[in-house]
This record gives sequence, C-alpha cells and structure tokens, in this order.
Amino acid sequence: MSARTVRRRVISGLMTGLVAALSFTAVLALVLILGDLIAKGASSIDWAFFTKSPVPAGESGGGVANAIVGTGIVVGLAALIGLPIGIGAGLFLAEYGSGRLGFLVRFIADVLNGTPSIVIGIFAWTWMVKPVGRFSALAGSAALAILMIPMIARTTEEMVRLVPHSLREAALALGYPRWRTSLRIVARTALGGIVTGCLVGIARVAGETAPLLFTALGNLNFSTDVRHPMQTLSLQIYVYATGPFEEWHRVAWAAALVLMGLVLILAMVARWVTRQRYGRVR
Amino acid sequence: MAASANVRLRLETVRLTALFNRTAAVREVSILFPAHTVTAIIGPSGCGKSTFLRCLNRMHELSDGGWVTGKVLLDDVDIYAQDVNPIQLRRRIGMVFQRPTPFPTMSIYDNVAAGLRVNGRRPRKEMDEAVERALHQAAIWDEVKDRLHSSALELSGGQQQRLCIARAIAPQPEILLLDEPTASLDPAGTQRIEELCHELKRLYTIVIVTHNLQQAARVSDYTAFFYMGGLVEVGRTSELFTKPQVEQTEAYITGRFG
Repeated sequence: MSARTVRRRVISGLMTGLVAALSFTAVLALVLILGDLIAKGASSIDWAFFTKSPVPAGESGGGVANAIVGTGIVVGLAALIGLPIGIGAGLFLAEYGSGRLGFLVRFIADVLNGTPSIVIGIFAWTWMVKPVGRFSALAGSAALAILMIPMIARTTEEMVRLVPHSLREAALALGYPRWRTSLRIVARTALGGIVTGCLVGIARVAGETAPLLFTALGNLNFSTDVRHPMQTLSLQIYVYATGPFEEWHRVAWAAALVLMGLVLILAMVARWVTRQRYGRVR
Repeated sequence: MAASANVRLRLETVRLTALFNRTAAVREVSILFPAHTVTAIIGPSGCGKSTFLRCLNRMHELSDGGWVTGKVLLDDVDIYAQDVNPIQLRRRIGMVFQRPTPFPTMSIYDNVAAGLRVNGRRPRKEMDEAVERALHQAAIWDEVKDRLHSSALELSGGQQQRLCIARAIAPQPEILLLDEPTASLDPAGTQRIEELCHELKRLYTIVIVTHNLQQAARVSDYTAFFYMGGLVEVGRTSELFTKPQVEQTEAYITGRFG
C-alpha cells in the first residue's frame, strides 16, 4: 500500500467518523426530548386520559379528550382550507410561474413563510374574532391555514419542478391540453412528494400555540362547535404547564407526549406514502 | 380498423422558418414528405433538425420564445392556420423522443391507453383491442402481454422506447415523428427500432431525425441534409448517399466534417 493510499484511507476514516458524530448529535436532541416526555408524561397516560374531559383543579383523574378532538377539528379544518389553496398555488408557481405574477406570488409566499405565527394570530383575531365578538375554533383554523399555505405551496412547487421536462413534452405531443398535462401527468408523478409536503405542513401547524391563543382560545369543556372557543393540545399544554397545580403539570407533560406522538405518526405516514405504488418517484 | 393504411396523406413544408425570439434556428425549409415513406433528416449537431421536426406537430411554439413563419401543409391544409387547434393536431401526429419517456405513475397498459383516453372515453373492449394492436405494431406485445398492469419503469430502455412508439401510434396518427429515437439505446435495441420503421411505414408517414448516417441509409427512402439551419439537399436516400449534388453534403456523408 502506497503512502498516498494510506493517507486517503485515514482521511476517509476521519471524515466518516466526523459525519457520524454530527448525525448522532442531530438525532440526540430528538431522543432527549422524547425520553424526557416519556419519563415525565407516560405515567399519567391511561385510558381515561384519552376518553375523559378535564376535571376541576384540585380533583384528580380526568383527561384531555376535548383537547385531542379539538386539535383534530382545528387542524383538520385548517387543512381543508389550506391544502387546496397551497397545492393549487404550488402547481401554478411550478407550471405557469415564470412571469411577473409568479415572481410576486413566490415573493409573498416567502415573506408569509417567515412571518412569526403570533402575528398571523393577531391578524386572524382582527378579522375573525373582533368583528364577531367571539373567539372561535374557525378563526384558529384560518390562522393555521394561513400558516400552512406558503409552506405547502413552496414544497409543492419544488416537487413539481423535479418532474422531468421530457415527461411534460411527451404528454403534450400526445395531444394533452396543458391543464391536463399538469394534473394527470406532472402532478401525479410528483404526488408522493406533494403528499409528504402536506403531511409535514399539517404536522408543523398541529403543534402551533401562538396563533391559537387569541383565536381558538381554549376551552375546559368538551366542544365540537367551531363557532365557539375550542381546546387544543397545544393550548392545553400552554395553560397547564404555566399553571400553579402539580396535577396540571403532570397532565401537561402527558399531553405533550400525546401531541409528539401524533406528529410522529403523521411523519411516519408521510414516509410510507412516499414509497409510491410504482417504487421510485424520480 | 386499418383506416390509416388507406390514407394517402401528404406532408409538406413551405419556406418554414423556426425562430427562438429573434434568432432563426431553421430557415426557409421547403420539403415534401410523400405518404408511406420514411424520410431521414441528418446533419451535424445544432443544425436545426430537431427544431424542424418540432415544427411539424407544433411543439416548437411551446418552447420559450418559439415561433414560426411559413407553412406546414398536411393534405394541403396549413396546420398553422388560425382555425387549427394545435391540441387536436398533435393527436394526428405522433412523436417519439430521444430518451424514452414512459409515464412513471402509469402501468404499461395505461401508458399506451393515455393517448386514446385523452380523445374521449370508449368501451373497455375497444380499448383493450386498441392497446393490443398498438403493442403488436410496436413489436413489444410478446414481451409485455403477461404484465400489462405492472409499471412501465420495469422495462429496459429499448423496451421503454418501443412502448413509447406504441403509445404514439395507439391513437392511429397519420404522421409519426421520431426524434433520434435510438440515441440512448444499445445496438440490439437500435436494430429493433429500425426494423420497426420498415414495418410502420405501411401505416404511417415517418420522419426520423438521426445523427447516425448508417441509420439514415438503412431506414429511409428519402434523406434531407440540414446545415446551419438550412436545408442543403434532399433526395432519394440511395442517390443522396451515392452521388450527392452539393459538395457540403458529400463532405458530411464522407465524414470530412460534422
């Protein structure tokens, strides 16, 4: 073995070790958070935790069923509003967004993407809470949808752009109209990536608290009426973790664990969806 | 239904010029493509042969800044006339590209059916027959008949290209445009495609762009030599390769440049 080969091997080994160490550090944060949540929250989780609403302070027992259902409703409604708009905007940007309008939309999306979520919360409060004179889950959903749209638009655009141009041309040469090429060929080829982007977007907003503070507000009772205040896991964690009671702190830890679990499940589904029907996407 | 076998369609360009913004990539080309013949378009890289081909089914105008002057006559009707719908037109003129482009989300069957479905719904049985016929014509039926519903990406490059030919001919176009269809294939795959050209000209009028002179000599009845965006010479392949009229042509086919 020549000196040069030895040197290459040593450097290769060092670099591999370095990269491995850095990856480990990155994963460590997640492991520590998860470990902490399990250590402090797992013991409080039982069947009642998922099926019962909270009990008045001082009493023991009860659960966070209202917050789990509330999270589902608020986030689900946000997805219902945000996904079609976000995906549509992304498709527009990728397929027709080379002009001035595309540039404008892209710029606005980027600015919106960087806007602090609490600002979006205030915005939703100004337009949907103040005029009505009532906090509502609907306003919360709208705030989350606004938060979601630019994220989803930009990932959709990226995914659609990855579809080779030759595929588009092949469809057009077959006599596909442009809109049909975009939807049936291009969007479908990018579908795995788009769905993943959507799920990641949903997971992102599911944990948001700030935009819900003065929109959905929170609710100690079980409620499914979107025109009224509603509890979500994030709001519950916020209130309980900062509250004075030991019992509340335990519930907050457990709720955090549940929320983390939900996000984890979404991320796993995203992974699973990406493995497309026909294997590779690109 | 072998309707296209009876059609005597003429394709002709009259002083066709293709431009990108203000730059002409093809200048004043007039060629007649007789029905049921194979015409090869040869020339060095960048001579405008692909651009010319893309004018024949109005794909050129989809490129950034692409536009055209002159005429392309399909049975004496200018395909660039106001009342011609380019989308409808492209259904009458099939095209196959340099690299195989099967639709990755579709099965083999759906790939071939794609061009038929865009023309409107039709009964299941009729669709099955049309797909089978196209796959037979593209000489790939025997290789895929047992796995019509698996992914088109499982096929080899050469098979994918023949699948693309099947997809292009399934709607029974009148003209078939091949843009260097064997550029990314191995010799065996190339040979199959060339044999296919001989078969298919009974049914279609074929225009094939190639940078392989032997291929042009093997598959075509007529050959057109392009240089720097202009048509230098066009004639019977046998004549053009043995006694070219223009010196540039001779220089190119004897390998002195390009």
